[in-house]
Amino acid sequence: MEKFIKFSSRLAPLPIDNIDTDQIIPARFLKTISKVGLGDNLFSDWRYLPDGSPKPDFLLNRPEGRAAQVLLAGDNFGCGSSREHAPWALVQYGFRAVISTSFADIFRGNALKNSLLPIVVPEDKHKALFAAVEANPAAELTVDLENQVLSLPDGSSVTFPIDEFAKHCMMQGVDELGYIVQLEPEIAAFESKRTLSINTLAQV
Amino acid sequence: MIGPEQGLTQPGMTVVCGDSHTATHGAFGALAFGIGTSQVEHVLATQCLLQSRSKTYEVRVDGVLKPGVGAKDIVLNLISRIGIGGGTGCVFEYSGSAIRSLSMEERMTICNMSIEAGARAGLIAPDDTTYEYLANRPFAPKGEAWEQALTSWRQLPTDDGAAFDKEIFIDASALEPMITFGTNPGMGIPITAAVPDPNAINDPVERETLGKALRYIDLPSGTPLLGHRVDVVFIGSCTNSRISDLRAAAEILKGRKVNPNVRVMVVPGSQIVKEQAQAEGLDRVFREAGADWREAGCSMCIAMNGDQLQPGQYSVSTSNRNFEGRQGKGGRTFLASPLTAAATAITGVVTDVRTMLGKN
Repeated sequence: MEKFIKFSSRLAPLPIDNIDTDQIIPARFLKTISKVGLGDNLFSDWRYLPDGSPKPDFLLNRPEGRAAQVLLAGDNFGCGSSREHAPWALVQYGFRAVISTSFADIFRGNALKNSLLPIVVPEDKHKALFAAVEANPAAELTVDLENQVLSLPDGSSVTFPIDEFAKHCMMQGVDELGYIVQLEPEIAAFESKRTLSINTLAQV
Repeated sequence: MIGPEQGLTQPGMTVVCGDSHTATHGAFGALAFGIGTSQVEHVLATQCLLQSRSKTYEVRVDGVLKPGVGAKDIVLNLISRIGIGGGTGCVFEYSGSAIRSLSMEERMTICNMSIEAGARAGLIAPDDTTYEYLANRPFAPKGEAWEQALTSWRQLPTDDGAAFDKEIFIDASALEPMITFGTNPGMGIPITAAVPDPNAINDPVERETLGKALRYIDLPSGTPLLGHRVDVVFIGSCTNSRISDLRAAAEILKGRKVNPNVRVMVVPGSQIVKEQAQAEGLDRVFREAGADWREAGCSMCIAMNGDQLQPGQYSVSTSNRNFEGRQGKGGRTFLASPLTAAATAITGVVTDVRTMLGKN
């Protein structure tokens, strides 16, 4: 995983609540085992015409969408299917953070494991961000994970919550698996105790 | 489907899988939830997962269901009330007399759709219904080990009077068959109720969310879905493809013919369900009615394979998601129970199954 460093970026606004992972990437694109190219499938059914050509007015097909590394979405982003292809496609497109008022649990977990920062902001700041980007599509904000601070285009700032361990992993660019493997002796000790309790699975 | 059938899913277990409908296994008093690919790798490599504690959310369902109303209607009602983010950060515990009276298969239908309300997991305390279902399945413990397991499992249920972070109460006796009209599973209504009007909503984002959904589904507001034409009826998916679901559908389809304008697909959830249905003659009921009797699988729930709606087509589906394009690009899905799906298959339009019960 890459280290997550402070950055400034434009915003790509998508003011729709409950954007599900079937919209982020439809199931027909899940047969791949490579992440490469998934960015082209991001929001596929919203982004392309029936003949496969890009809809010229859809934000992610326009230069200002391409220039944004932060997606600003409606409430309950990432609900539905557990597919990790959703954060993969967002990252492959070029996003490094998503801002919403809430995230679905599985998506949030998947995003954190792929250096995609899910940022929860209060409703008033959320509305202010949509207003700011509508007033000036080139408005930039700064994402500072270390201090958990979002600096808004109007000069104000807002702190955001993040699980301490997930933050550590993103800041250091290490994954959870590496961390757990270091704890192998403790895990083995726990497992050896557990075998004393009953194993209810019959041997077939 | 297969974990429970084999007796692999047992009370007190932690069950994870790279599928959000892993929550199904919660019906056995297991903590079961979906994970992403990275976490699957993690589990395969270490048998461990790092988790933070979820909030607890009691969903108490008391009372007796009316004829024509079932487990699917309970869970669609729950989701319509608390919304698809209502359970975010929580694990549901389904409790109450209506839940206790359900079979294991019906309990699985309810736990299956916990994720549609935003909860990663939903579980039901194990009881005699659970133990009767598990006894003698291939991977269930036998003999002395079974007795030991029972002693252990009986300690699992939540204490009386336990406090939950959140609670909701549903009166089962007041429920009607439910159906969804929109593009997320929370957009559900009793089948006789009118589709809501976006203009009656004050919040601009909520108004636009509903308006966008109705534009996609191409539905007017203010009238019920009853009588709306459908092109496909899909009876299947991990929500509703167990033997009791197929029996319920067959009960309606028996001696009747499906509407010639509707493609009706009946897809068992596993090979064992398929064989059992065939042993009971359900396949003949479906075929004689004019429905397709298919091989076990996900079929039109997810549109990853050849089974897809064409753009603009409508389906009544017993699956779990009605998101835009979920059953095929441009397809439009009404989620409902196997009974409602079977009734709709016969008429070719959205139908209240209660008008058909006991008349064939």
